[in-house]
Amino acid sequence: MKKTVFLSSLAVAALATGMASATTLEDVQARGTLNCGVSTGVNGFSAPDANGVWQGFDVAVCRAVAAAVLGDPMAVNFVPTTGQTRFTALASGEIDMLARNTTWTFSRDVDLGFTFVGVNYYDGQGFMVPRELGVSSATELEGATVCIQTGTTTELNLADFFRVNNMSYEPVPIETNAEAQQQYLAGACDVYTTDASGLAATRASFEAPGDHVILPEIISKEPLGPVVRHGDDQWADIGRWTLNALIAAEELGVTSANLEQMAAGTNNPEINRLLGSEGSLGEMLGLDAEWARRAIAAGGNYGEIFAATIGESTPIGLARGLNAQWTQGGLMYAPPFR
Amino acid sequence: MSDTHAQTVPYVRDTMLSPQDPPSSQVGVTKWMRENLFDGWVSAVLTVLAVAAIGYAIVHLYPWFANSVWNADSLTQCREILDGATGACWAVIRVNWLQLIFGFYPPDLYWRPVLLFVLLFVAIAPILFPSVPRKVLWFSALYPFLAVWLLWGGSLWTILAVLAGFVIGYLVMVGTHKMGAVVSVGLTILVPVAYWYFLAGPLASGINSVVPIEVTPVASRDFGGFMISVVIGVAGIALSLPLGILLALGRQSNMLLIKWMSVIFIEFVRGVPLITLLFTASLLLNYFLPPGTNFDLILRVIIMVTLFATAYMAEVIRGGLAALPRGQYEAADALGLDYWKAQRLIIMPQALKISIPGIVNTFIGLFKDTTLVVFIGILDPIGRASAIRATSDWQGVYWELFIFIGAVFWIFCFGMSRYSMHLERRLKTDHR
Amino acid sequence: MAIDSGAPKESFRLSMLLYDTRYRSITIQIFALFMLMLGAAWLVDNTVRNLAALGKDFSFDFLWNTSGYDISQRPLEYDSTSTHSRAAIVGLLNTLILAVMACATATVIGVVAGVLRLSNNWIVAKLMTVYIETFRNVPVLIWIIVTSAVMSESMPAPRDFRGEDATASMQLFDSIAITNRGVYVPSPLFERGLPDLTLGSLALSLNAIAFLVVVIASIWINRRLVANATRVQNETGVRPRTWWKSLLILFVPAIALLVALGFHLEYPELRGFNFSGGIQMRNSLIAMWIGLSIYTAAFIAEIVRAGIMAISKGQTEAAFALGLQPGRTMRLVILPQALRVIVPPLISQYLNITKNTSLGLAVGYMDLRSTLGGITINQTGRELEGMLLMMLIYLAISLLISGVMNYYNNRVKLKER
Repeated sequence: MKKTVFLSSLAVAALATGMASATTLEDVQARGTLNCGVSTGVNGFSAPDANGVWQGFDVAVCRAVAAAVLGDPMAVNFVPTTGQTRFTALASGEIDMLARNTTWTFSRDVDLGFTFVGVNYYDGQGFMVPRELGVSSATELEGATVCIQTGTTTELNLADFFRVNNMSYEPVPIETNAEAQQQYLAGACDVYTTDASGLAATRASFEAPGDHVILPEIISKEPLGPVVRHGDDQWADIGRWTLNALIAAEELGVTSANLEQMAAGTNNPEINRLLGSEGSLGEMLGLDAEWARRAIAAGGNYGEIFAATIGESTPIGLARGLNAQWTQGGLMYAPPFR
Repeated sequence: MSDTHAQTVPYVRDTMLSPQDPPSSQVGVTKWMRENLFDGWVSAVLTVLAVAAIGYAIVHLYPWFANSVWNADSLTQCREILDGATGACWAVIRVNWLQLIFGFYPPDLYWRPVLLFVLLFVAIAPILFPSVPRKVLWFSALYPFLAVWLLWGGSLWTILAVLAGFVIGYLVMVGTHKMGAVVSVGLTILVPVAYWYFLAGPLASGINSVVPIEVTPVASRDFGGFMISVVIGVAGIALSLPLGILLALGRQSNMLLIKWMSVIFIEFVRGVPLITLLFTASLLLNYFLPPGTNFDLILRVIIMVTLFATAYMAEVIRGGLAALPRGQYEAADALGLDYWKAQRLIIMPQALKISIPGIVNTFIGLFKDTTLVVFIGILDPIGRASAIRATSDWQGVYWELFIFIGAVFWIFCFGMSRYSMHLERRLKTDHR
Repeated sequence: MAIDSGAPKESFRLSMLLYDTRYRSITIQIFALFMLMLGAAWLVDNTVRNLAALGKDFSFDFLWNTSGYDISQRPLEYDSTSTHSRAAIVGLLNTLILAVMACATATVIGVVAGVLRLSNNWIVAKLMTVYIETFRNVPVLIWIIVTSAVMSESMPAPRDFRGEDATASMQLFDSIAITNRGVYVPSPLFERGLPDLTLGSLALSLNAIAFLVVVIASIWINRRLVANATRVQNETGVRPRTWWKSLLILFVPAIALLVALGFHLEYPELRGFNFSGGIQMRNSLIAMWIGLSIYTAAFIAEIVRAGIMAISKGQTEAAFALGLQPGRTMRLVILPQALRVIVPPLISQYLNITKNTSLGLAVGYMDLRSTLGGITINQTGRELEGMLLMMLIYLAISLLISGVMNYYNNRVKLKER
């Protein structure tokens, strides 16, 4: 009997703390840590390293936001979420921000009640097959067994692709990337399909990556970006502009190497506004003037993060492609800081 | 005597013959084999089949066990060491066994769950073994608080502040005893709740800032492996016992409304799979609570598992109540005991004693069912195992991991089921 | 009357609601109802406010929207343009198919293991004990995952069947292919088959119906024949020879029908990436089926053993005294009595199997939990409605099974006099 009451009192205590919620920013600042939802483990995007420290491209966004808001890039609680639990975790307030390769779609933005703060990676769904099958195009996959991760847009795209091309296939739905990988390697499916970046990351973790090919077809648009709850515009702005600050920093040539020097003041007023030596952009966000400086200091600008986590020099080996700056033919285009 | 014989019959043996050996088919191994292995042709065929099956298993499994590799860093290394031969790669267990048992619990704090596990036996000893002194029951009552403190860490004062609520409740009950049942019961519930709600938190943090007694806090998401199975299983059973008693009484009640409420609850929970309740915990519980409420996933899981176990527990205890002879109820009535006194002093002690084997069996079932939490992203042993199987080092390992996990579960569950059988026998003799 | 008048006539006082046992139970019930309604109102209010905060409404309209995903095992016509409700029905059918298959095999294995554990044969009895104790003390999820892992990791891939020097080959005169994607068995086909009967969105195979009708009719006629023979035997003492008539009645019409319809088997054949033709039992189905069967069979074995042991030794001795052989003793004397002890716990095992089919998620079996409670919820964001609907369906199945089995149990019980 006593134990029951004890637990309910714990619950009451939890209720009491929960109900004192104000804006997300105040919550985060009061707590001193940012709760950031990430995937359960995709190499290069978000995965804990040998010491249990989360690393990766999506993780870097969390760290930049934590640095901007709290001043400490390490003050992040990473909450691993699956495709099924991520939106509930965000809606319920368990996490403040979801940085887990989540595709920006109409219904998620409008119907599910979330706000996408931008795109940090332009992706598309692709196929990986063992080289020995001799398949060179996705249109040759008639009758193939396809491993898919459930709870994503992937299975819908796949159904559309095969229907449009009038081909039949055999879907094998799987919960996590790890299991899908294992089934694919065991030959229980001919094809593994997910976002092209995820395929590259998965292939990089194989013992013999050369034995597998990623087919040229990209069957969908997958703009991936951080998501926040609908309704707290201030918090959405912080996420959006932290991401933009990283992108703008690359465009303006601000790197972690020259950050201190540039922060002292330059003759480019936009850099000055970005880094807080001119104007009061930080205050408008409800932060201090140096927020963007800290965000960039956390892991470098967008290009540096890309190069360090998934770029061509890493085992993942992704080219910039669509994710290059607009000045170099890509889609990364930060609105002006003014 | 021999003389008379000499006159009436021609020959009488006056010494006994030494007995002959029984026929070889009626002694020793042969007899045993005839009776137990080759009793009729059906039996003979079965024996041959069984021996063939065992032989087949040994021939195929022996090299696998005999060539076990214990020292390697990856499956590839294992295969190099085996050099083409079949063999188990137990190195995967050797490298990962601490994670399989404790999850991501900080390694320097492993002593806390281990100590608690040992103390758990002390706490349940007075319930299981009648010879243990009754005073240990006080320890059993304090154990849950100790467990929460040691597992999650943090300030001791928080736990003590919560505990103080019970003392306050008790004092209020004693103090208001003369003011009539309604007022007394009302105050006994209201005052501690108000205390917990408004005072306990500030009080604990206040004292802690003056005299800090703290152990390193550990977040719930670091829990994992077998530890989480044991935590959820034990918490579920401990919490469901009192609720189950109430529900069983409710189901037997004369009050129609109470009875129907209990029946509907029990049948609903028993009619849906546990996994839907777990998904309710992870997906829906937040809808049912006030906006902005948010608490720990493990706590939510424990709540749902408790509800689940409560329904089964209620049925077990109902069985115990039904097994009591009618005379016991009538005797209690004849003594003029009211309902609660009769339950507390006469009915429950006997009914619970009869139900202990059933309770242990419910616990075994619940303990096995804790593996389902893997579906809502809690890294129990199976979750850890699939994470290990996904790393490039151990891709393709499965038998070793599942044999290890299965063996640990088997030891726990088999041990408990043997104990419950032993208990059943002991209780049976008591009644004769 | 005199006694009545002696009792003091009390007027009703408010405190009697608490202290008078006549009224107290009503007070308590009203209080409990009040608390229950208060609690329910609190939950509903919270839910409404939470939904409002998320900008969602409570509606089941999503069930009529296009689902957009594919399901591999489809007992009904279904593709990605069908609705979510149809996906849910396909999932429900998959759940039921699995439950029925697992219940049947678990019962067979369980009864055999239970009887053999009581056998006089030492080695067989011990072997069964080992089986039972091993399987019931390890979580069912592990058995399911192990079966699935064995199927996908140690069976040959379809491409191993290809070419001159294929490393794998088909079993049983090239009719069954065991691959790491499932087992392919031949399927019955009809050359001159009858068309399908379409009832709304449901297609019924007239071939199967015709075959069933013929078989049932022949069995019925055969029973009449046997009953007639028994009557003749009772009257004259001589039993007429019926075995050849029985054989004719039982097999000729069915075979004639099959020939008329042009029955033949379609063998699985390796085409492209996979085998095609025949019936594919997917890995997920096999893993669930075997996992659930061997786990639950261990419990059923114990139930059967307990049931048999509950029948007193005197029954066996009496049957022996009547000259019945051990086999007939078991069939005619022991089992009918043991059944009464066995059936109630057997019902709860069937219920457990049905509920445990929801673990299909672990191996990607598309049951109700994976379609309605999984992908549909996830694509539409309707957790509340989806979970509620799914729980109600499971509850309905459970209540239905226990209802049917209790009815059967009562019928068995009635014979007890």
